[in-house]
Amino acid sequence: MTAVLRTEKLSRSWGALAAVREVSFALEAGARHALIGPNGAGKTTLVNLLTGALSPSGGEVFLDGDRITRVPQHVRVRRGMARTFQITALFPNLTVLETVLLAACEQGGLCWSWLSPVARHAREIAEARRIVRELHLEDEMDVRTRILPYGKQRLLEIAVALASRPRVLLLDEPAAGIPKSESAEIFEVLARLPKDVAILFIEHDMDLVFRFADRVTVLAAGSMLAEGTPAEIAANARVREVYLGEAAHA
Amino acid sequence: MPGSLPGVLFDGVAYGSLLFLISVGLSVTMGLMNFINLAHGAFAMAGGYVCAVAMNRLGIPFVATLPLAFLAGAVAGGILESLLYRRLYRRSPLDQVLFSLGLTLMSVAAATWVFGPGSQPVHLPDFLLGQVRVAGVDLGAYRLFLVAVVSLIALALIASLRMTKAGARIRASVDDAQAAAGLGIDVGRVFALTFTLGSALSALGGALSIDVFGLDPTFPLKYLVYFLLVVVVGGSGSIAGSLLASMVLGVLDVVGKYYVPQIGAFVIYGLMIALLLLSPGGLRRMAR
Amino acid sequence: MSAAGRVPDARWRPAELVFWAAAVAVYFVFPHHLVLASQILITGLFALSLDLILGYAGIVSLGHAAMFGSGAYAAGLLAHHGWGEPVSGLLAGGAAGAALAFATSFVALRGGDLTRLMVTLGIGLMAYEVANQAASITGGVDGLSDVAMGKLLGLFAFDLGGRTAYVYSLAVLFAVFCLSRRIVNSPFGLSLRGIRDRSARMPALGAPVSLRLTAVYTVAGGIAGIAGALLAQTTQFVGLETLGFSRSADLLIMLVLGGAGWLYGGMVGAAAFLVAQDLLSGMNPVYWQFWLGLLLVLAVFFVPGGIVGTLAGAQLRRLEARR
Repeated sequence: MTAVLRTEKLSRSWGALAAVREVSFALEAGARHALIGPNGAGKTTLVNLLTGALSPSGGEVFLDGDRITRVPQHVRVRRGMARTFQITALFPNLTVLETVLLAACEQGGLCWSWLSPVARHAREIAEARRIVRELHLEDEMDVRTRILPYGKQRLLEIAVALASRPRVLLLDEPAAGIPKSESAEIFEVLARLPKDVAILFIEHDMDLVFRFADRVTVLAAGSMLAEGTPAEIAANARVREVYLGEAAHA
Repeated sequence: MPGSLPGVLFDGVAYGSLLFLISVGLSVTMGLMNFINLAHGAFAMAGGYVCAVAMNRLGIPFVATLPLAFLAGAVAGGILESLLYRRLYRRSPLDQVLFSLGLTLMSVAAATWVFGPGSQPVHLPDFLLGQVRVAGVDLGAYRLFLVAVVSLIALALIASLRMTKAGARIRASVDDAQAAAGLGIDVGRVFALTFTLGSALSALGGALSIDVFGLDPTFPLKYLVYFLLVVVVGGSGSIAGSLLASMVLGVLDVVGKYYVPQIGAFVIYGLMIALLLLSPGGLRRMAR
Repeated sequence: MSAAGRVPDARWRPAELVFWAAAVAVYFVFPHHLVLASQILITGLFALSLDLILGYAGIVSLGHAAMFGSGAYAAGLLAHHGWGEPVSGLLAGGAAGAALAFATSFVALRGGDLTRLMVTLGIGLMAYEVANQAASITGGVDGLSDVAMGKLLGLFAFDLGGRTAYVYSLAVLFAVFCLSRRIVNSPFGLSLRGIRDRSARMPALGAPVSLRLTAVYTVAGGIAGIAGALLAQTTQFVGLETLGFSRSADLLIMLVLGGAGWLYGGMVGAAAFLVAQDLLSGMNPVYWQFWLGLLLVLAVFFVPGGIVGTLAGAQLRRLEARR
């Protein structure tokens, strides 16, 4: 079993409201795994449980076979798990380069260093510049995030996650809010992500899912409804009923 | 002077009632708009001065000055909200702190200039003076009056929140202002109404508290930490939480100062630290 | 290509050199105002410590005077009881401020902005009460006098004209400033700015937020303590007001009016505030308080970045527009 990230009956509820119910799933190394489901199905909650932003009511999470259920969020990142946010959560007063550099420095364990200026750390700077270039953000390197156009902010979200040198990358609706006509850039970036990184991405855009995913998990009302290749999921009657409903009855 | 434990406890309840009346507006404002308003005590002070001026210079009887104080608070709150506060709802907490601190300084300076730095006297009517014997304990008549008035107001607040449409709109907006706006609730109106009501209650509380807390121009700063404590400990946005927190605070402060006067002042700080170490979300979250 | 890609570095800008040259020049240009000038330097140092936690880490504190006052009393008590050596007293003051900051960081840094505000306010009030009650040690309302200082470095006596005090304060301020400058331009400083801007995102980058905040809060407490010790040593007196709410509130106002988050804002704000206060000292204090409040309200609406912030912000926007 080459599952790099795995959950066992992972659950999270608030009183009577069960947001995630006993989800057991596995993310393989190098996978391009889509997580789909109707609004309120618990997709973002599941990602929050995986990253440690939320603690589970039950179940376990394993990274490379190690139990990380009680491991705090920032330690999981050091172990190689990074995520992006559906609602952009960047640093308004930091420039694009500073943002990516911050993530690179954290990953390099440099952020307790308080005596030498950032400018001295050539390796992290080079790494940050490389990522900024790859994500087509080099024209905006010195622009503060607060005045960055929305599309570029979504790219920066991905850049920040990449700077953590992840082995597991969790993307929460990477193209959220981007009109179809402008999403080519993001698609292209996603296609060029390193092949050895396992990627789980939440998406509503079925075109993106069919284009990039080799595996799809469907979540509905907190439980796993179905799992399989994109073709299998598209053909699955229950999924069509619950999620792709209108298309089935069209 | 209360000599027995029940007497001291009751004193604490009276003290807590005043704290509640003054602070409830701050709590709801904080829960609703996430606005840190350090100037909240200034509305209480304004109510106090309206009452003092009406009593001492215009000869109006004490009880009759109370609606005047309430009204003054409402007017001041309504005007300031629409002219100034409204523009700062989306600003950073630091900006809100600075703004409200500036307003506070202005109000303290203005009060000093107009009324002088000394305390204001208050002439309570005869029927509120002296003691009343209740269940074998001598309780201060004025403090009984305070507890009665505040209990009525608290009940009215909780009832109207639960049972009126306006109350439902306020509760919805406290829970999630964006969602409430999406439901068609005029959140701006809700903010204005709540702020106005909160300031009015605070002013009323200020008038009622002259005899207990004293009234001088430094009032807003002197009691600021108490008001903030009520909001933080009770959980912002919660009326029941503010009530509980005010009572706990009032009782512990009075009991502490009476029985261990040496460290009495530190009792509330100790309480603050203990509660925060146990539950950063405040008493309301603990109760859930 | 080399022009693009600004990262925090340690290069001194020309404006900074002008600033420090001016500070040195004051010694020669205003020889009869060195007592006031020393006060400005000391308050500037105090404001610098607040800038580290407020401007760079986003911690809004209404009780920073607690650290300042404890440093003042530490150094004052040492001298009062016979140990008049200045530099060790200074270090003692720094240690006192740092210790208090560290001890209180566990409650002060929890929760959101409102909680922090209330706790720091409460801690400041508590410190005041403690000093007030322990009047036998601190002198209570009368203050601690008879803070007899020995010679600085064994050579320079503290003179009434404030000459030694000025040079001493300037040297300490510059040394601590250089240290602070290193901190804010380092990766640690960058992470603080990240915490200030969006602390909730920082764990997702791998940052242990509470530890970082505790660290900077402790360092800032130490710097505030050093400033307090300087005050005690140069005025040879420690009063309760070093711990008072007014001191904390005035400091916040000075920093914000000068501009938080630029490292120079605190010193600029302190200079403007204290010079204005001195020039207007004949005025009824009620007026001062009123106009200060009004200035604050107007600043929030029209000049939110303060003096340095507005100037630096304008330059930043020019750079961004050029790309």
